[in-house]
Amino acid sequence: MAEIRFNKVYKAYGNNEVIHGVDWHIRDGEFVVIVGPSGCGKSTLLRMVAGLEVITSGEIFIGDRLVNDLEPAERDIAMVFQNYALYPHMSVFKNMAYGLKIRGLPKQEIEQRVQKAADILEIGDYLKRSPRQLSGGQRQRVAMGRAIVRQPSVFLFDEPLSNLDAKLRVQMRLEIKKLQEELGITSVYVTHDQIEAMTLGHRLMVLKDGYVEQLGTPIELYERPATSFVAGFIGSPAMSFLDAEIGEDGRQVVFEGGDRLAIAGRLSLDAGSRVTVGLRPEHLVRTEEEADSLHIKVRVVEHLGADTLIHGDFGPGKADLTIRMDGIEQIRTGETLRIKAAPEHIHIFDPETGGRID
Amino acid sequence: MEKRVVFRQTFLPYLLLAPQVLVTLVFFFWPASQALYQSVLREDAFGLSSEFIWFENFSALFAEAEYLHSLEVTALFSLAVATTAMTIALYLAVQADRVIHGAMVYKTLLIWPYAVAPAVAGVLWMFLFNPSMGIVVFALRAVGYDWNHALNGHQAMALVTVSAAWKQISYNFLFFLAGMQAIPKSLIEAAAIDGARPARRFWTIVFPLLAPTTFFLLVMNVVYAFFDTFGIIHQVTEGGPAGATNILVYKVFHDGFLGLDLGGSAAQSVVLMAIVILLTVFQFQYIERKVHY
Repeated sequence: MAEIRFNKVYKAYGNNEVIHGVDWHIRDGEFVVIVGPSGCGKSTLLRMVAGLEVITSGEIFIGDRLVNDLEPAERDIAMVFQNYALYPHMSVFKNMAYGLKIRGLPKQEIEQRVQKAADILEIGDYLKRSPRQLSGGQRQRVAMGRAIVRQPSVFLFDEPLSNLDAKLRVQMRLEIKKLQEELGITSVYVTHDQIEAMTLGHRLMVLKDGYVEQLGTPIELYERPATSFVAGFIGSPAMSFLDAEIGEDGRQVVFEGGDRLAIAGRLSLDAGSRVTVGLRPEHLVRTEEEADSLHIKVRVVEHLGADTLIHGDFGPGKADLTIRMDGIEQIRTGETLRIKAAPEHIHIFDPETGGRID
Repeated sequence: MEKRVVFRQTFLPYLLLAPQVLVTLVFFFWPASQALYQSVLREDAFGLSSEFIWFENFSALFAEAEYLHSLEVTALFSLAVATTAMTIALYLAVQADRVIHGAMVYKTLLIWPYAVAPAVAGVLWMFLFNPSMGIVVFALRAVGYDWNHALNGHQAMALVTVSAAWKQISYNFLFFLAGMQAIPKSLIEAAAIDGARPARRFWTIVFPLLAPTTFFLLVMNVVYAFFDTFGIIHQVTEGGPAGATNILVYKVFHDGFLGLDLGGSAAQSVVLMAIVILLTVFQFQYIERKVHY
């Protein structure tokens, strides 16, 4: 059990800085997710916690210990790799026992611990098999088992589900969540999949190009994204972004073509300032009123059964706009819809910096 | 998934195969069949007459103390060459695998000896260790060690072993390095997190995973020591002193071309043939079954 603290952590390869100062405090027993597109530095950050990458500057603490100069073995962590990294020449049992054997545990205890972990993960029947005789999902479990038997104070997960098929991924996602809750071990999980991030994490760190875009709970990130990047990254289907100007009284946004939407509160921006308006597909509803609505020309309709996705063109610039409606809606391509959004669901961002404007 | 091109007529594939088949027939099957034939003949030294004597050449061979000694020498020599060349190559590969800057330079330099012809390698080492003017011998004498491989059989054996191993290190190095680079980095990292120090990681993860490479190289090195070291032996010791480095393949040459015992020499060739066939079969059988992941 341990907390993890990042104190102004930087990483550079030569002159190429890839992590630009991360400050974070992960609480004991917390499950946090680092999420971002590929190349954002999320794996690098995790590997710095593991001790597989050198920390260029700054400090990382696990518990009370500064781990900057500690070997991976001394950090009391366990890691699950994307490709599982099972030792191919060892049986499942030996894979799981390897770390315990090195620590010099008595044989009996090794057997007990492996058996217990195998029971939890339901891989007891495969202990004598070699990894290549296992399916992807089973290998995944063995990799998890190898992490559990060590009883570390921190779990690190490096995109552990990305090699599994969609169905298995959902199942394993639930199991990882359940397991973490049962064991209560501080966990850091890296993924590029925002659904994994939202469902697993108590808190999330959204990383982009080595900068922390936002820290917060999944709900916070969803309801009040700090930047347009976070807004577009979190939530599925993704938020639509439209160019607009602030209206005369600062209480509405005006789009090209004349449509306007009322916003919550009053912005301190001058009338006519350019802004980016973010609208989530699930917050858009049809309306019969002419005022406070947008006119959308339907381009594509996707029926998913539970809901219907409508992709439309908005305004003279034909900006993309996605609308999600519950159930099955009979709407034709080419039709014009009037839609609106509640003021509290309208997100406004600075078009230059991408920062949120309230 | 199997993908293959199927030719509709049979003429073209045979035509395409013909050069290789011809080379194999002329340079391998023809001499081999000649050796088989000659091994059951006794021929006079001038090649004027020959007599069919069944397996007398073979029984004579295995009754001959010199031949049995040569077998022993060959076994020792090939084992020594394989062990030396493989151990050093593995060490170098481990080191080269860790080098980040200028790795290509190291690798290129380490591969060069492979391009040296055996006879040339032999001459090189012969000069270094020449009892009267070799620079190494001079240095050894300075520290009080008397070197003369022309008289001392053990020294002669050591010298041909070193010469032969030196050339083979490059070959082994390449395979070991490739083998190591094929091991996913995450395995090593997982072992590091599991608490294994570098030495332990090497012996419990890297080395076992190199087993297929190691086994393949073992067979290749033994084959090399058996057959391709002729040039080195010929240049450095000529099988001497007193047969101390007279390995089987050198004895074939010596008895056949110098001793002019063509039948006996052919019989020795046949024995060698049998050995290489055994080694090959062993390699395929074992590699297919055991040492594979």
